[in-house]
Amino acid sequence: MAALRLTMGGGNWFSALALGVTLLKCLLIPTYHSTDFEVHRNWLAITHSLPVSQWYYEATSEWTLDYPPFFAWFEYALSHVAKYFDQEMLNVRNLNYSSTRTLLFQRFSVILTDALFVYAVHECCKCIDGKKAGKELTEKPKFILSVLLLWNFGLLIVDHIHFQYNGFLFGLMLLSIARLFQKRHMEGAFLFAVLLHFKHIYLYVAPAYGTYLLRSYCFTANKPDGSVRWNSFSFVRLLSLGLIVFLVSALSLGPFLAMNQLPQVLSRLFPFKRGLCHAYWAPNFWALYNTLDKVLSVLGLELKLLDSNKIPKASMTSGLVQQFQHTVLPSVTPLATLICTLIAILPSVFCLWFKPQGPRGFLRCLILCALSSFLFGWHVHEKAILLAVLPMSLLSVGKAGDASIFLILTTTGHYSLFPLLFTAPELPIKILLMLLFTIYSISSLKTLFRREKPLFNWLEMFYLLGLGPLEVFCEFVFPFTSWKLKYPFIPLLLTSVYCAAGITYAWFKLYVSVLTDPPSGKTKKQ
Amino acid sequence: MEKWHLMTIVVLIGLTVRWTVSLNSYSGAGKPPMFGDYEAQRHWQEITFNLPVKQWYFNSSDNNLQYWGLDYPPLTAYHSLLCAYVAEFINPDWIALHTSHGYESQAHKLFMRTTVLIADLLIYIPAVVLYSCCLKEISTKKKIANVLCILLYPGLILIDYGHFQYNSVSLGFALWGVLGVSCDWDLLGSLAFCLAINYKQMELYHSLPFFCFLLGKCFKKGLKGKGFVLLIKLACTVVASFILCWLPFCTETEQTLQVLRRLFPVDRGLFEDKVANIWCSFSIFLKIKDIWPHHFQIIISFCFTFLSLLPACIKLTLQPSSKGFRFTLVSCALSFFLFSFQVHEKSILLVSLPVCLVLSEIPFMSTWFLLVSTFSMLPLLLKDGLLMPLVVTTMAFFIACATSFSIFEKTSEEELQLKSFSLSVRKYLPYFTFLSRIIQYLFLVSVITMVLLTLMTVTLDPPQKLPDLFSVLVCFVSCLHFLFFLVYFNIIIMWDSKGGRNQKKIN
Repeated sequence: MAALRLTMGGGNWFSALALGVTLLKCLLIPTYHSTDFEVHRNWLAITHSLPVSQWYYEATSEWTLDYPPFFAWFEYALSHVAKYFDQEMLNVRNLNYSSTRTLLFQRFSVILTDALFVYAVHECCKCIDGKKAGKELTEKPKFILSVLLLWNFGLLIVDHIHFQYNGFLFGLMLLSIARLFQKRHMEGAFLFAVLLHFKHIYLYVAPAYGTYLLRSYCFTANKPDGSVRWNSFSFVRLLSLGLIVFLVSALSLGPFLAMNQLPQVLSRLFPFKRGLCHAYWAPNFWALYNTLDKVLSVLGLELKLLDSNKIPKASMTSGLVQQFQHTVLPSVTPLATLICTLIAILPSVFCLWFKPQGPRGFLRCLILCALSSFLFGWHVHEKAILLAVLPMSLLSVGKAGDASIFLILTTTGHYSLFPLLFTAPELPIKILLMLLFTIYSISSLKTLFRREKPLFNWLEMFYLLGLGPLEVFCEFVFPFTSWKLKYPFIPLLLTSVYCAAGITYAWFKLYVSVLTDPPSGKTKKQ
Repeated sequence: MEKWHLMTIVVLIGLTVRWTVSLNSYSGAGKPPMFGDYEAQRHWQEITFNLPVKQWYFNSSDNNLQYWGLDYPPLTAYHSLLCAYVAEFINPDWIALHTSHGYESQAHKLFMRTTVLIADLLIYIPAVVLYSCCLKEISTKKKIANVLCILLYPGLILIDYGHFQYNSVSLGFALWGVLGVSCDWDLLGSLAFCLAINYKQMELYHSLPFFCFLLGKCFKKGLKGKGFVLLIKLACTVVASFILCWLPFCTETEQTLQVLRRLFPVDRGLFEDKVANIWCSFSIFLKIKDIWPHHFQIIISFCFTFLSLLPACIKLTLQPSSKGFRFTLVSCALSFFLFSFQVHEKSILLVSLPVCLVLSEIPFMSTWFLLVSTFSMLPLLLKDGLLMPLVVTTMAFFIACATSFSIFEKTSEEELQLKSFSLSVRKYLPYFTFLSRIIQYLFLVSVITMVLLTLMTVTLDPPQKLPDLFSVLVCFVSCLHFLFFLVYFNIIIMWDSKGGRNQKKIN
C-alpha cells in the first residue's frame, strides 16, 4: 500500500504523465503502419542472419540498411529478443512479413526504448529554472515542458503510428543537451557522438555542437566584453573531446574500415541519387521554389512565352514522383543545396562564436542549424522537422518571444506531418491528437506568459487558424470534387506550401531574435 | 490555464481513447453463422430500413426473430433507422434485406464505429461535462479531473467501442435525467429518463430511485398544494413521452403486446452465460436453473430484488436529497444486477454509471468498484479479443483516478462516509476502530486477486473437466465484491442524515 501510495501519490505528476502517454502508445498498436515497419523488420533479419561483413551489401529487399553501424547493432540486439516472439520475422527472404507477434514485438520495442526519451525529458526538466513557477502545478514551466516533450504529437504519430525509432534517438539528443546545460560537457559530447552513429541525420546540428564545445569548453575564459580570450585555450580539453569522438567513431566504423567496406557504407548512408524533394514535399524552401516554378510555367503557357512542347510531361504529377524537373527556374543540384544550407547555417554559428550566451545560445544555434538544413537540404523528409521542434520546446518555456516562435513552428510542422497518415481509421486519431497537443501548447504557454504581450499578432493568428479550413478542404471537400482524378497532388501541394510559409517565417523570426539579441554579459544574471 | 481549455483537452483525451479502442475487433468478428452484437445492430438497421414499422417486432419470412430479432424498445429501432439512412447513402449493400447478413468490411466497421462515436459525442459526453460542472463543493480542477475519470471509465468504452453497443445513448439519457432532476428541472429530467427507458429497457434498473425521488419531492412540497401540481405535471410528461415514442405501436393492442413480449422475454433463463450475480454464483453449488421451476425462479428473484432495494427507496422517498438520490441509484441498480431475472454481464454498466456520479464524493470506493465492474466483464472481453485495450484502459483509468483524487490518502472513515456508521457501532463495540484499515487491506487483496485471476485466465488452459473454470471464478469473485459494495452503499444511505446530525453534535 505504501509503495502504491508513493508511486501514485498526487505529487508524482511526472510518472503519471509518462505512464499516461505510454498507455496511449499501447493503444496505438493496432493502427496503420507504413513501409518503415517492413524496413525495420528487414534490418532485424539482415543483422540477425548475416555476418557483419554482409550487412551493408545485402540487397534482397529494396529497403537496404542505410543507417550507421550503431543502429545496425541496435537492431542486432533487438533481434535476439525478437527470436523469442517469432523466428520467421528474422528471415531475410520473408519480405513484407507481419504476423501479430511481429507487430507486437516491433511496436513494443519502440515503446520500451522510449524509456530513454522519458529519462532525457526528466533530465531536461531539471535544467529549466523554476523561478517563474506559479503556484499551480499545471502552470509550472517544468510541467508544461514535460507535457510538450512527452506528449509531442509528431513523435507520437511518427514513431507509434507511422513506425520509426525516433523516440530513443531524440532521447539521446535531449540527454546530451541536458548534459551540456549541466556543464557535463564530456558526457554531452560523448552522447552526441554516439547519436551520430545511430542516425546520421543529426549531422545537421553538428556545427552547433562543434562550435559550442570549442568556444565555451575549450576556451575556459572570456574577456570582459564577452569576446574570446585566446590564451585561455585548454589543449587538454580539446584533446579529450577529440579522443571521445575518435573512439566512438572507431568503435562504429572501425570494423568496416578493417574490412575495407567504408566506401560502401558511406554510399548507403548518403544516397544522393534520390531527388531534391521526398515523395511528399517537405514544407521547406524547395517546396516554395518548385511551386513558384510551376506557377511561372503555367503563366508562361498562358501568356505564350513558353513552348508547351518543350515542357516535360511529368511535371504535372509533381509531388507524387520523386524526380522533379524545373521548367522555368534553374534546376537544383545537391551541391547547390549544400551551399545554400551552409550559407543559412553560418550566421548562427558565427553568432554562437562571437556572442556566446551559454547553453541557451547553443540551443538556439542548434535549432537554427536544424531548421536551416530542413529548409535548404537535399531530399529532406517532413519528419526531420522534429529535429527543430523538440529542442525548441526547451526554449519555449523560457521566454515569451521563443514561445511564440515555438507555437508557429510546432503547429505548422506538425500539420505538415498529416499526409504521413492517409488511411481513414487514422484520420480521427491524427486530428484529435493534433488538437490535443495544439490546444494544450497554446493555452499553457499563453498562461505562462500572460503578463507579457500577446504571443501572436493578428497575421500569425490568422495564419494558424487557416490550418483548420485547409484540413477541411484537403480531407473532406477535395476527395468529393472532380479534381480528385485530374490533380490528385493538390492537397499535398497545398499542405506543403502552406506549411513551408509558416516554417520559413518561424526560421526567419528566430534568426532575427538571435541576431538582434543583446550580447552576452547579461547572461550572467541567470 | 483557462479552465475550459483544460476541459476541452480532457474531452479530447476521452475521444482519442475511444477511437483507438474502436480500432480493435468487435464481438463476433468473422464468426458465422450468428456473429455478435455488431451484427445485431447492423441487422436492426437492415430490418428497420426495409420493413414497415408494423413488422419490426413480428416474426415473418423477412424478419427471422431467431436471428437477432429486434428486442429493444422503439427508440433503439428509430436510431437504427436513422443510421440505416446514412448507410444507404454510403453503400446500400450494408443494409440490403437478406443478402447483407453477416456483412463485414473495413469500411463498414469504420461506419459503425463512427455512429457510436457520434451518438456518444452528442449525448453522453456533454452530459458528463455538464454534470461535473454542476457539482457543488469541489474546485474547478477537481471538476475537470472528475470528467477525465468518468470519460476514461474502461467498462463503457470497451463495451461500446470494442464489443459494440450503444450504451452511451441510454446511459447518456439517464445521466441527463439525473442532471435534470438534481437541478430541479424535474420535467426535463423525467423526459430524458423516459427517453433512456425507451432506448433500452434495462434502464428500468434506475427507475425506482427516479420515481421515489420525484415522489419524495412532491411529498415535501405538500400533496395538497404545489406537490400535487408537480405530480400531475410529471405524470403527464411521462405518459406523453411514452406515447410519443410508442406512437406507431399504440394503434393496435396486438402490436403493443408483441413489443412488450420482445422486450421482456420471461421465458428465457434466470441468467445468461456467466454473470457476476447471486444466481449464477449460487449455481456453482446448486444448479438452481434446472432444479427450481421456472415461475418459482421469477418469483424468488423478484422477492429478493424487492427486499434488497426497499430500505433505500423508502428512505429516499421520506428524505429526498440529491446526494441520497445518487447513492440510491447505485444501490438499486446493484440490487437489480445481483438479484433480478435475466441479467446480462453488460448490465453492470447500469451500476457503474451512478457510481461514476459519486466518484468525487467517495473516490476510493468508487474507483475500486469501477475496477471490479470492468474485471467482471473479463470473460466477455476476452472472447472479443480485447485483452490489450482492456489492460491499457484499466491502467489508464486507475492512474487517472489515483493521481487526480489521490485515492490512497482518502481512506479515513470520514472520507469513506462511514463515520456515522462506525460511531453507532462503537456504541456497542468500543474497539471497532479498524474499519478503514480493513478496507485498505481488502482493496489490496482484491486487486491482487483480480490481477492474478486475469493472468491465469489469459495464460493457463483450464482443466478439461472444467472448461469454464476461470470465467466462473471471475464471476464468483466479482459477485462477492458486488455483495460487499451493496452492503457498503446501503450503509451510506441508511446512516446518511444521521451523520449530519452526529457531526453537528461533535462539533
